[in-house]
Amino acid sequence: MPDPPFLATNRRCFLIRSAGFAAGVGLLSAVPLRAIRATPQAMQEAIRKIVGEASLRQGRVRLDVPPLVENGNTVPLTVSVDSPMTEADHVQAIHIVNEKNPQPYIISATLGPRAGRASVSTRIKLADSQQVVALAEMSDGSFWSESADIIVTIAACVEDLH
Amino acid sequence: MARVLINVPARAKRGEVIELKTLISHPMESGYRVGTNGALIPRDIITLFTCTYNGQEIFRAELSPAIAANPFIAFFTTATESGTLAFRWSGDNGFSATETAVITVE
Repeated sequence: MPDPPFLATNRRCFLIRSAGFAAGVGLLSAVPLRAIRATPQAMQEAIRKIVGEASLRQGRVRLDVPPLVENGNTVPLTVSVDSPMTEADHVQAIHIVNEKNPQPYIISATLGPRAGRASVSTRIKLADSQQVVALAEMSDGSFWSESADIIVTIAACVEDLH
Repeated sequence: MARVLINVPARAKRGEVIELKTLISHPMESGYRVGTNGALIPRDIITLFTCTYNGQEIFRAELSPAIAANPFIAFFTTATESGTLAFRWSGDNGFSATETAVITVE
């Protein structure tokens, strides 16, 4: 029995059409996703921008964050820095950056010797399992850092609202 | 007007290090999410938070879209004198909120 005209197709034609369709869908979905994702390189560039020419050393910073989070929409995080917080030696700023959110910056906090204790807490969004880096800028111009790897089971930020 | 919750001790000893906790209701729409019509939802976030102690700035934070909705920020300061702590948030679409707390230092 012949097919009705609007369904007239053969195996070859069907394959060509579906391949074209798949390629089109692939292109459409891949391009914007890639465009709005930060990468480890973007994080490195962000760190470079914050630190400038100064050297970056590990230590003195404590980054308290759960290693495994269920909901990436709100992740509690505390950064504390080992510092006497005196006029001569204090933490000037605390920066937090990430690897795989759409953009690498999280927060930049400015403090001074009056803070008494160099510690900042907040809640952040994480779009994927990734590394978060905390940087501390000291009054003598040195930079110290600490990183943490976080596994996220439900991502934030980029999910569609349907 | 956004709802604000702040936690500041009412009394403190001179020189004591106190923790200041702040929470403000705000959607912190990142600008990277796609809505039901397929278009990106425009960014609407708080970009700057500052705290002043008797008019002198003691803390400042620049926020990014990666801060969770209803931003919570906690930090420390030294209780130096009795007076007023003023908290100020500002952001996209002309958003602005201010809250004050009175502290007695003895």
